Amino acid sequence: MSEWIEACEVDDVDEEDVIRFDHAGKTFAIYRSPDDEFFATDGLCTHEKVHLADGLVMDDIIECPKHNGRFNYKTGAAKGAPVCVNLQTYPVKVESGKVLVQIG
Amino acid sequence: MENEMTAATSKTVRDYSLVGESSRKAVETGLASAEWYHTDVPRKAIKELMQRSDGPAIRDTVIWFAAILASAVGGIYFWGTWWCVPFFFVYGVLYGSSSDSRWHECGHGTAFRTRWMNDVVYQIASFMLMRNPTQWRWSHARHHTDTIIVGRDAEIAVMRPPDLLKVALMFTGLLDFRYSLPGLFRQAFVGLNDEEKSYIPEMEHYKAVVAARWHVAIYIATVALAVYLRSWLPLMLIGLPRIYGSWHMVMTGLLQHIGLADNVVDHRLNTRTVYMNPISRFIYWNMNYHVEHHMFPMVPYHALPRLHEMIKHDLPTPNPSIWHAYKEVWPVLKKQLRYEDFYLKRELPPTAKPYRDEYHNFVIPAAAE
Repeated sequence: MSEWIEACEVDDVDEEDVIRFDHAGKTFAIYRSPDDEFFATDGLCTHEKVHLADGLVMDDIIECPKHNGRFNYKTGAAKGAPVCVNLQTYPVKVESGKVLVQIG
Repeated sequence: MENEMTAATSKTVRDYSLVGESSRKAVETGLASAEWYHTDVPRKAIKELMQRSDGPAIRDTVIWFAAILASAVGGIYFWGTWWCVPFFFVYGVLYGSSSDSRWHECGHGTAFRTRWMNDVVYQIASFMLMRNPTQWRWSHARHHTDTIIVGRDAEIAVMRPPDLLKVALMFTGLLDFRYSLPGLFRQAFVGLNDEEKSYIPEMEHYKAVVAARWHVAIYIATVALAVYLRSWLPLMLIGLPRIYGSWHMVMTGLLQHIGLADNVVDHRLNTRTVYMNPISRFIYWNMNYHVEHHMFPMVPYHALPRLHEMIKHDLPTPNPSIWHAYKEVWPVLKKQLRYEDFYLKRELPPTAKPYRDEYHNFVIPAAAE
């Protein structure tokens, strides 16, 4: 059953940036878009299992730090070689200054 | 002595096939797709360095194309006289060498912020280099995952024991040409081979074949034009610069990893940074900061000097010049002829974090003894 998990404080993530969030043996990436919205995806690149939290956020794109593979972090869509498999995304909400992710 | 030369006690015969015994062992021992050493850089600082902009690459690309065009015009104008030689000398280097660094940077998607600009320059540079743009995108991804891991890295330029004649011939461009052009024809008419299939996902196979067919079609058209005009000139402009202009690419590119350790997961041990003159740095787009590039491949070429300043305390001292680097490499290559396990171990400055055993003590059993 899915549940809302507190991932971080709003201020933990800079605008147009990403942080890593680990929970129950899984790793996630929490994004803050340039227009101040929050998103969440699996934390590892689908290409070579590298942590996306070390990557670069540009507009709607997260770029993997190892091979520069790109995903749309809002939809999880892979945007071309060397990434071919989409990222899993998760619903996110902000309550009382905390970022909650629905995992399950 | 600045650097220490090291030889392992046991003799290993390396199997560089990507589908052979070394490849299997690298996967088995965890050497493939391993976690690599990174110098600690605060997130804020590295984020700033990773920022993309179109400005520097547009400026450099305009200069590059303008210089290609000007030297081509000069070469055509003076064709048939000795005066065309200096023009084709410049044209050849811009076509046959600068294209490599443009191919590389745009393949990473770091040259321009705008994606289509990276893609356009990537396709043009791939054509100049006679490289299948799809195939090489994947081979380079593998090179970054498994840098100089025997049996995994598809871009090891000098294998051990080194074939010195082959190394010398590389500077002529003939070896690459002999491999690249027939390779494109084979891909266009027969398809990908098993090694290529080992690192290109199936969904990209057809794309690679189509790209090869486009390249081949242009080369056939160029040859047809040369025959029709009864002149070498079309081939001097398209195709042959891959031979007569690639010496600079080889001169700078060979230094990236030659003579250093293999089967380690610390770029400080298997990659070399060399200080170079401004012209070579323009042609090479700052890839002389190669340890920095491998540790942080998302940092654009124009930010590499800043990254170098930030992390040089943790890296081996760079070679002060191309000449110095080759002087360092030459005795290593000679020794590797007899002891292929011999390599140059880069000495770290006192300010650096030491090499960690778990990062460079993988034991890959010999493919054959």
